[in-house]
Amino acid sequence: MQHILFVDPEKCSGCRKCETACSLHHEKTINPALARIHVAKWETSGLYLPIVCLHCESPICETICPVKAISRDQKTGAVVIDSNTCVGCRLCAIYCPFAGSRINAKTGKPVKCNLCDGDPTCIKFCEPKALQYVDATAANLIKSKNAANRFQELMEKLITVKS
Amino acid sequence: MELVMKRKIAYVNLTTGQITKKVIPREMRMLYLGGRGINSYLRYNLIEPKIDPISPENVLFFGAGLLGGIPCMGSARTDVAGKSPLTNAVGSTNMGGFFATELRQAGFDHLVFMGRASKPVYLSINNDDIQIKDATHVWGKDTVETQNIIRADNSDEEIKFALIGQAGEHLVRYANVMTGIKNSAGRTGMGCLMGSKNLKAVAVRGTDGYEVAHPDELLEYCKEIDDMITSTKWAKASGRWGTLIIFNNTNTSGLLRTKNFQLNSMQDCKDLEAENIDRYSVGVAGCNNCSVHCRHRYVLKEGPYAPFYDEGPEYTTQGAFGSEVNCKSFETLLVTNHLVNRYGLDTLEAGSLIAWAIELYEKGILTDKLTDGRRLEWGDDQLVLDLIRQISFREGTLGNLLAEGCVRAAEQIGPEALKYSIDVKGMQNLQSDERATPSLALGIATSTRGSDHLRGRPAYDLYGLPEEALEAVVGGPQSSDYTSYVGKSRLVWHQEILYAVTDAIGTCKFQTRFLGFNMPNWDEFSKLIYLTTDMQISKAQLMEIGTRIYTIERLFNNREGFTRKDDTLNERYFTEPNPIGLPRTRGRYIDREQFEKMLDEYYAQYKWDENGVPTPETLKNLKLDKEPSHIL
Repeated sequence: MQHILFVDPEKCSGCRKCETACSLHHEKTINPALARIHVAKWETSGLYLPIVCLHCESPICETICPVKAISRDQKTGAVVIDSNTCVGCRLCAIYCPFAGSRINAKTGKPVKCNLCDGDPTCIKFCEPKALQYVDATAANLIKSKNAANRFQELMEKLITVKS
Repeated sequence: MELVMKRKIAYVNLTTGQITKKVIPREMRMLYLGGRGINSYLRYNLIEPKIDPISPENVLFFGAGLLGGIPCMGSARTDVAGKSPLTNAVGSTNMGGFFATELRQAGFDHLVFMGRASKPVYLSINNDDIQIKDATHVWGKDTVETQNIIRADNSDEEIKFALIGQAGEHLVRYANVMTGIKNSAGRTGMGCLMGSKNLKAVAVRGTDGYEVAHPDELLEYCKEIDDMITSTKWAKASGRWGTLIIFNNTNTSGLLRTKNFQLNSMQDCKDLEAENIDRYSVGVAGCNNCSVHCRHRYVLKEGPYAPFYDEGPEYTTQGAFGSEVNCKSFETLLVTNHLVNRYGLDTLEAGSLIAWAIELYEKGILTDKLTDGRRLEWGDDQLVLDLIRQISFREGTLGNLLAEGCVRAAEQIGPEALKYSIDVKGMQNLQSDERATPSLALGIATSTRGSDHLRGRPAYDLYGLPEEALEAVVGGPQSSDYTSYVGKSRLVWHQEILYAVTDAIGTCKFQTRFLGFNMPNWDEFSKLIYLTTDMQISKAQLMEIGTRIYTIERLFNNREGFTRKDDTLNERYFTEPNPIGLPRTRGRYIDREQFEKMLDEYYAQYKWDENGVPTPETLKNLKLDKEPSHIL
């Protein structure tokens, strides 16, 4: 079963350690601006959302890349950019609806998550488990459990109201 | 992309508008590391003796730690320093959030503010570009409004701030410096100092980043440290409940200051306990690079102050606006926390001073003339809420009076008043009642910034840990009984120098030996410093650096006129035994003779003389004999 990078925004604490670890792993520097993952934060209302490539089954970036620099790594399932082929037109970054492709401010070329060749660094540093690397069945189970928990809370409220 | 050791210091003269940048020399790192360490050096060197702390002669410092930004231990702490407008002693306070890392990404580790701007300004830093900008349009705005406006002005949501609210503008002597929604550099009135300079905010954006010496090994080791922290029970408890959980423990034991200092435990206060946060929580929040996330995000939907969103509250607020003033409503905590965050007011100082005022009123020492006719009574939630606003805006006689802090307020109330003020060196105590715990009592008495639980608190002294293990940690005989005096001076010394180093590398104390001695400490710091900067600094050298930092802070206070007689507690600690609590706590008080003996041992541990003055030989050994040396 293929592993996927599973994002659970409700658990995110907004610490952005994933960004630091990502930049240290890929760029060998401490610079969240160069990370492949970014936690979007609405600080004044408390909403945190990790934004990272979702490695779509039908990736728009792969379709739109004029030089065919984007492909799926069969071993890891990651959608990856071949930096040797990439001409830096940034179409992938422009058209990705999830901001999965990001422009590297130093080189001007797009970069994106490659799942660290099947061993993602960010998930190791995510204590609240807002980021997990699990197989698809497990991901479904997590989603079901979250939904069930919400349903249970709702039921409890209803029962309290009735009694 | 520059190396971590090329981080700079920027000197900003707000009177002339001149800005100077300079790389921090390696020799300074070897002596003081960064953060609070370098700030302590700068404070002693750049602030002239005996100046008025709210005059333009005072200097304000911001410092990011040497390890600020690495992915472990909440490495994102900012140290804010100067001369305290509250106490005239060391002004020093520390905040989490994201400011320090952003500052480092921009290329700077330290900022120095001199002089006074002629009108409200903020400092804008965008990588290497530093500008002084007009802040007239945000003067009078609260902390969150100000951040929103300046972010919109610059079309950048990611700007990080160190800023003041209305309390700092009104020169409340214990105003906060804030960052984000609730992270606060709360103590010693650095927000007042910032306000006195007409400096509303420092707004930073940094995308340059920095290179570390051994990136792959650092990443791997950070993961190891992270596991070391998150595998502990206390990290799990803090991550679940935040610091609120401490209340349940201290209240049960009888270590909770209640009704100012009349009781040491609070009755019928189920509503203040940690579990109540679940009714309002929407999740947890962490500072940058933190795996503990010790605070909640919450929403209050109903009531006169609602609806609003905020973060917290902390244990400190449970005491300040709970036990000390005898208020028993969790929603009051949520509102008070929200107000102090917005106005930029030190929650601890405010709550404790209000409790003091109520006791003075009860005793007839504070009269209607100074309260504008308002009755001050225990458990009056609305009184507390009103006073937070009145203090922050200096409204009314009492608000204006309490905004001055205990020493100056007592000058107007009368000489009796200070007998009831639970402070050290003019700064109020946390709500922890230290009558049964000599180690914690010594820690607040010797703290260089006035009464303080974060300068040297050995909280793990309360756990009854094996004596052999404790002895191995601090290198001398230790009693595992928290009511004992045996070896506790050594314990406090050890914690003080450890925290001095922790604040200098800019990591979170909660993730070192705060709650457990097996948390990351000297050896881990040493290895992290090497992997990040390539500097090889041994455990022994780190201990020397910690001693140097603490000693130069001591030198500053001595120069300001503080002596051994200031390293003490309110008289009530020695004369009023704990009225209630568990059998081990009840009836306890601090024995004066044993306390003085602890103080002797403590000074000896630092190699200071019996008056708490570092000897010439000690200064020479610590390379402090030529201070002020003006290298930076």
